[in-house]
Amino acid sequence: MWKFIVRRLLVTFPQIVFLSVLVFVMAQFMPGDALTGLIDPNISPEALEIQRERLGLNNPWYVQYVDWLGGLVQGDLGQSFRFKMDVTALISERVMNTILLSLVSLIFTYLIAIPLGIISGRYNDSPLDSAITGYSYLGFATPIFIFALVVLWVFGFMLGWFPTSGSVAPGLDAGSMEYYISKLYHALLPGLSIALISVVSTIQYLRSEIVDTKQKDFIITARAKGASENRVYNKHIFRNSLLPIAAFFGWEITSLISGTVFVERVFSYPGMGLLFLESVTGRDFSVVTALVLLFGIASILGALLSDIILSIVDPRIRIK
Amino acid sequence: MSNELLKIKNLSTSFRIGDEYYAAVDDVTLTLNKNEVLGIVGESGSGKSALAFSVMRLHTKAKIEGEVLLNNQDIVTMPKSKLDKIRGDEMAMIFQDPLTALNPLTPIGGQIEETLFLHNRKLGQQGRKKRAVELLDLVGIPNAERVFEQFPHELSGGMRQRVIIAIAIANDPKLLIADEPTTALDVTIQAQILDLIRELKEKIHAGIILITHDLGVVAEMADRVAVMYAGQIVEIASVEKLFENPLHPYTRSLLNSVPVEGQDTLHVIQGVVPSLKNLPREGCRFAARIPWVDASAHEENPTMHEVESGHFVRCTCHEHFYIPDQNEEKGEQSNGIS
Ligand SMILES: Nc1ncnc2c1ncn2[C@@H]1O[C@H](COP(=O)(O)OP(=O)(O)O)[C@@H](O)[C@H]1O
Ligand code: SF4
Ligand SMILES: [Mg+2]
Repeated sequence: MWKFIVRRLLVTFPQIVFLSVLVFVMAQFMPGDALTGLIDPNISPEALEIQRERLGLNNPWYVQYVDWLGGLVQGDLGQSFRFKMDVTALISERVMNTILLSLVSLIFTYLIAIPLGIISGRYNDSPLDSAITGYSYLGFATPIFIFALVVLWVFGFMLGWFPTSGSVAPGLDAGSMEYYISKLYHALLPGLSIALISVVSTIQYLRSEIVDTKQKDFIITARAKGASENRVYNKHIFRNSLLPIAAFFGWEITSLISGTVFVERVFSYPGMGLLFLESVTGRDFSVVTALVLLFGIASILGALLSDIILSIVDPRIRIK
Repeated sequence: MSNELLKIKNLSTSFRIGDEYYAAVDDVTLTLNKNEVLGIVGESGSGKSALAFSVMRLHTKAKIEGEVLLNNQDIVTMPKSKLDKIRGDEMAMIFQDPLTALNPLTPIGGQIEETLFLHNRKLGQQGRKKRAVELLDLVGIPNAERVFEQFPHELSGGMRQRVIIAIAIANDPKLLIADEPTTALDVTIQAQILDLIRELKEKIHAGIILITHDLGVVAEMADRVAVMYAGQIVEIASVEKLFENPLHPYTRSLLNSVPVEGQDTLHVIQGVVPSLKNLPREGCRFAARIPWVDASAHEENPTMHEVESGHFVRCTCHEHFYIPDQNEEKGEQSNGIS
């Protein structure tokens, strides 16, 4: 297992380097540079040139890349042109919000998807399965923000059960119990909206795993041993089918990213996704660059996590 | 009567293909006595597994008709809860493919313990572990303690088949069905597994149904043989009688396909067993494959006839054949058929 994990980590490293190059190139193609955001229109072009030289913006690209990378490693993501502050400082609270939102939606996703996937797989081709599969088609076909709008409208406005925007109620002491409860409360509805869509792939994945596992020979062995049908399902079929689901977990993170972008917009939830959309429309490119990099790293780490989980839970990989 | 362990009466097992049911096991009647070994032979696709699965009631989507009486309890109709108590306890099965018959995510020990747990709650955790290791020892697995902790993928096919045998005999079943237990294994390993089964036969006192397409194995291990073709038993007799005096043309051709010095190829059966859907639904299911039998010899709807005590054969057409006397030369047998 360790060999596998080490090998997997070795692959991750060049992936991240590749990502950083890609993001760097992307940043180079964006209009403006690190100074653009700070420019005072009164500065003379000569003074600007001196500043450029001082910041190394006239150096060859690879020197700039190394400088940029060096900055990244120290947590320097540049300056936001819109907010006139360090991108790192700007992003960090947003990142925490998005992580909270992602966790909430992951929990919802599994709470909903596992029972439904199990029902769908165990009673495949029953009316119940057809209903669940029907919902899946709906979920596949509907853009996430439409779901989010419906959820927002029903639970936020019509029923008034949940806050309709923001990530925390105003006027609460950061760090107090009420503050955290309020944060969680604000994350529930957007989290549910993401989950309603992201359950679809997990349900279908689990369903097909179960349908597949059901006809394996070792299931016949279990029946021949005298295991009751419930035992056959609980101890053999579900356990063996959940394994790939556990491994799917990392990939779920990747799909969450796209989910958060739109759902944060609908719920005006101040996370990375909303910031991303605002920065794109506001042409705040250093922030866009930083967020693309973070999203990219999250996806790579998600895939890594998937493989590591798989290597831990699957003895065929563990015992090597 | 009291010696009878298993009685199968008019058993038919049909699968649904499209809108119709097709019988993979067709009106099978046979008995197995206590401690007896019954061999079932037949080509691939003749319904041997379908029969074995019906006895264990392991089919999930099949229409089963007839009776399977194990110690006078009907497997076909008993409630599922009762069936669960009998499966793995009174009757057990060894499967054809050891590579897929074990749960890949459960250690070997756990898989043996499960069957012990299901049928003997008194044993306790320590007792189960002890018994599981004993069983691994009994089926000839070296390093039983270590193998107990291992996962299936760490064992060879032969070792896995031993594990499956250990699971099957764990609760001292009265009926043991072995469905081509060596077909999936290398030739050298096949012999070892057969040796093991032969050895266990003396120890476990179970009635055994040994399914195989190897007549050599039957000759060596079985007391009686049933020959199966296209879901039907075409001949059933003691091993001695069947080898001495095979009556059904299918049996005769199976015997001739055993490599024998100076054999001729006259009796070779043509083609393969037709798929379920393509089996003749009326008349004799076999006629098409033996064009060397005269058309007038066939029976309309062949049924089983007892030609000698304990020797049954489907249809009477063997009477039309020239069956040589036992003291005649073997080589002349073939001349009689045409
Ligand atoms: N579950 C099933 N559904 C449909 N047809 C089946 C099923 N199981 C077996 N059959 C068919 O029944 C026939 C007998 O199969 P089987 O019992 O596996 O033969 P054998 O074990 O003698 O090789 C074959 O034609 C096979 O295709
Ligand atoms: S009817 Fe013909 S083909 Fe059928 S069993 Fe009799 S001899 Fe064989
Ligand atoms: Mg078979």
